[in-house]
Amino acid sequence: MRYALSTLISGVSLGGQYALIAIGYTLVYGILRLINFAHGDVFMVAGLMMVYLSASLPLPLALVLMLVLTVVLGFAIERAAYKPLRSAPRMSVMISAIGVSYLLQNLATYVTGGLPQTYPTIPWLSRVAWGSVKWAAIVTPFLVVALVFALTQLINHTKVGMAMRAVAKDFETSQLMGIKINNVISMTFVIGSALAAVGSTLYFINFPSIVPLSGALPGLRAFVAAVFGGIGSIPGAVVGAFIIGISETIIKASPYSIFSDAFTFALLIVILVVKPTGLFGEKVTDKV
Amino acid sequence: MKKMVALLLVLAMVFALAACGGSGNTEKPKTDGDVQGQQTEDVQGQQADDAGDAADVVKIGVFEPSTGDSGAGGKQEMLGMQYANQETPTVEVGGKTYKVELVPADNGSSTDKAPTAAAELVSQDVALVLGSYGSGVSIAGGPTFEEAGLAAIGVTCTNPNVTAGNDYYFRICFLDPFQGTVLANFATEKFGAQKAYLLGEVGNDYDQGLLTFFEQAFDGEVVKDSFPTNTSDFSTYINKAVSEGCDVIFCPVSIAYSTQIVKLAADMGLEIPILGSDTLDSNMVLEAASGSNVQLYVSTFYQEGGSPAFDEGFKAYLNSDATAMTNNGGNDTIAAVSAMGYDAYYVALEAMKAAGSVDAAAVKAALPGVTYTGVSGAIAFDETGDAIRDTAYIKVADTANNTWALETQQTAK
Amino acid sequence: MIAQKKNKTGLFIALVVAAALLILAIVLENTLDPIKNTIFFTVLKKGAVYALVACSMNLLNGFTGLFSLGQAGFMLLGAYTYATLTIPMSAKDSVYYLYGGTVFRFSLPDLFGGADKPLGLILGVLLALVCAGIVAAAVAWLIGLPVLRLKSDYLAIATLGFAEIIRAVFQWDKLGPVTNGANALKSFPTFSSFNLKNASGEVTLRLSIFVAFLLAAICIALILLLINSSYGRAFKAIREDEVAAEAMGINLAKHKRLSFCISSFFAGVGGGMFAMFANQAQARNFTTAMTYEILLIVVIGGIGSISGSCLASFLYVAASEWWLRFLDKETTLTHIFGFDLDQPFKVPLLRNGFRMVVFSVVIMIVVLFFRRGLMGDKELPDVLRRFGAFCKRLFRRPAKKTGKGGEDNG
Repeated sequence: MRYALSTLISGVSLGGQYALIAIGYTLVYGILRLINFAHGDVFMVAGLMMVYLSASLPLPLALVLMLVLTVVLGFAIERAAYKPLRSAPRMSVMISAIGVSYLLQNLATYVTGGLPQTYPTIPWLSRVAWGSVKWAAIVTPFLVVALVFALTQLINHTKVGMAMRAVAKDFETSQLMGIKINNVISMTFVIGSALAAVGSTLYFINFPSIVPLSGALPGLRAFVAAVFGGIGSIPGAVVGAFIIGISETIIKASPYSIFSDAFTFALLIVILVVKPTGLFGEKVTDKV
Repeated sequence: MKKMVALLLVLAMVFALAACGGSGNTEKPKTDGDVQGQQTEDVQGQQADDAGDAADVVKIGVFEPSTGDSGAGGKQEMLGMQYANQETPTVEVGGKTYKVELVPADNGSSTDKAPTAAAELVSQDVALVLGSYGSGVSIAGGPTFEEAGLAAIGVTCTNPNVTAGNDYYFRICFLDPFQGTVLANFATEKFGAQKAYLLGEVGNDYDQGLLTFFEQAFDGEVVKDSFPTNTSDFSTYINKAVSEGCDVIFCPVSIAYSTQIVKLAADMGLEIPILGSDTLDSNMVLEAASGSNVQLYVSTFYQEGGSPAFDEGFKAYLNSDATAMTNNGGNDTIAAVSAMGYDAYYVALEAMKAAGSVDAAAVKAALPGVTYTGVSGAIAFDETGDAIRDTAYIKVADTANNTWALETQQTAK
Repeated sequence: MIAQKKNKTGLFIALVVAAALLILAIVLENTLDPIKNTIFFTVLKKGAVYALVACSMNLLNGFTGLFSLGQAGFMLLGAYTYATLTIPMSAKDSVYYLYGGTVFRFSLPDLFGGADKPLGLILGVLLALVCAGIVAAAVAWLIGLPVLRLKSDYLAIATLGFAEIIRAVFQWDKLGPVTNGANALKSFPTFSSFNLKNASGEVTLRLSIFVAFLLAAICIALILLLINSSYGRAFKAIREDEVAAEAMGINLAKHKRLSFCISSFFAGVGGGMFAMFANQAQARNFTTAMTYEILLIVVIGGIGSISGSCLASFLYVAASEWWLRFLDKETTLTHIFGFDLDQPFKVPLLRNGFRMVVFSVVIMIVVLFFRRGLMGDKELPDVLRRFGAFCKRLFRRPAKKTGKGGEDNG
């Protein structure tokens, strides 16, 4: 019982962390139709920045600075690697994303010298609350719900949010309507990176070791979650992330733990084949 | 124009990140250990070939990972060799004095990079090769050495497949069937364990081999689990061990994972003892356990205090070189792999002396007959090229003082 | 009529270049010092294997317009098929030592008289490679049933998922007697097994690079023939516009499946050859990172150019494994361009891992600024012909001579 409960709690908290990454994927995909493969690595770099910043700065300052720098990184990646390719075929942009991801991982290897880095201890959040569950894990779902609520408010009730919805609906037309596309896209990357930074803090408090590939798997799983929930839909991404997080933890607890990733992908394929728009996605009609 | 701006942005990003990390790296040792403010110039000694006596140089290949999962261990092993090279930079072979140069090649802890790294060493015309940390890369690089007729001395690669079927691979450490048996016996004798939880990385022959040997030797029930590469969530696995009522956890995994497992166990106050193999004998793992009640036992090749002269010299070396200190994990605890690297270097020198030549073929021919007594014990090779060793040290983590304490010496039955 | 004639000269040039290369491979390997040039030879072998795999990916991504990221998964299938079929009986027990032997109680080379006899070696290896391709193609057919209905990036992510699932299955402990679980498969015939030896075991004629080149060249030639057939034209039509292609009477589902299976077939053969190159087969090598590597080769060479893929794979392998390696070493210069320096100068930034940073920056520059890659969608004969015409005007001489020495790909 105790075991089941602690498995469930870690599943829920893992789901919450995936949710924060998945939102970044879903927002970008909704607008640019681009799988931002570098997003998982931005998440990893956020963790690394925290390690280095906290070595020389007081913790709250480091936390804020890390958030700002991650946002700048997300913004810079968009401007440097995706914006020049706006008119190029979708495949080129995706390849550029893969290239950025490759670059970030190699940079991280270079900077850390290939050694795993330990995430700093954050007071209170790093402490164990019950069994193997840390306070961070307990806080995660609530924080996620609060952030998602704030985000939906932003998207539904502000001018920027309206612009984002318009761009997601129809790229060209909204451009004709006088929306500054580039600003909207940058905004999307800023929001996505900020959420990834928060997610990385929660994630690495729970699992405090960072290697250059730390972002790859959570990134992929979060992407699967975004597709699962219906890409472009924020509630969908969150629900999808919780489902993926919980089912992953349950499979790990079973004798078939080796198939935890395989299961995630199998779920993805089933969803794609049966209901390609995901749980909450809107139906898109193909235009000739 | 826009393209130029984009290019500049990319470059700025790269250098900002590189600079950020660079400064972080140099700061680290200052906070962690007491280093003399100035670092001595260029102790690496790899590239500093004096123009004067460049004629008689013999190269020894260092086939070690310095990136990837095993990067930390590979660096520590290399430290032992570098220290030995600093201590004895020349060798007299056939009446001629040669300057010894270490030529490193990073195999990236990955078996698909290993053949090219090995080929790189072969191209450098080395006399023989030392390494690697991690059995998988050694198995992958082995055929390249064999084909080139180059002898390789495995330092801490314990999987039987490294030397089996490869005449050119030798090793100076014990083997996994032995290590697995020792640990299984220890689990039974020390804890009266009836049920063990075995955890390893999927697709890693070192982990999976040891788990199997442990399982074969262990007299009781086992629960076996494997986690995928790049996992960072180990709480489910540890919880499973607890809920299954296991008496002991055995996790012979690489440093990148073992630090996380031990840290988690320390945080949650795990009461089940953790058993580890030689990979866990690292000060980073020790660091993760420090100040907690976790019971951590590892089997290893060398115990600090085994050779006071070596300990002292090596610590002085670490403290004099900031890079070496960082590579050792920020403090001067001696890892057994460093001692093994140190011994391997001297075995290599012995082999060249015995051959009376620095020619790769002659060195290979002389190697099987080489005997040497190093800091980790006496070394001699059997007919497959494995070291004849029957002792493993079992150490326990003294979490209060952040050191290892010798628990017992185990020999095979 | 003219187009056909052009095609024939193109084919002829390609054949001549390929033959010249193969001869060059033998000559190089037997004249250069085998020890000092090991890294060069290794790069050539790996380049040949990657060229084949990149071409197979190009067939799918570049010519049919199906964006698939499952290449590593199919290579894994090929590598394991090749390895399980060719490990000699005598070595099986030691390879499968954890599982007490394997369920495959036969070995293809042994059936033809053993891997140490020329007949057994050649037939065994060839058959095993074909089987490797067939297994990969069969699995591709199965996967294609659900997956090929998906569009662009959904297809990419689904194939990527399948590659991961395949990897997990092959690492499963319960399949140990077949796949050897987590452990590597080894001891099977490799490229070096083709070196001719005399009675005392000394190598008399080195053929390892030749064999690698020959196998890759045959497969790439087959891919080229396919692309220039009516199927190839149908593939290109699908790439340009699916709806229009369907309207022209091209069976979309059939052609997509065909392209997917053929591409996987050659990826499987490439996987088998990768195992031959690496001397072992292990599931953990065939990760998404490998697929990305191959994808980047295709992009650098030019999406839709076979000769570009070949050229790029040699460049890529040589740059990442060989030429840039000096960036990984901490270097202290004591003299520069013949001048002695007063103080040793420690070159900044050079540290382990810098090689890959520089390398990925180069890749980003190619992806961003040279989007069409080295060759765009042109093939080598086109480029050569233009170059030849240019030279003709310049020197008023036949173009053949300039064409020959110009390039080093097949």
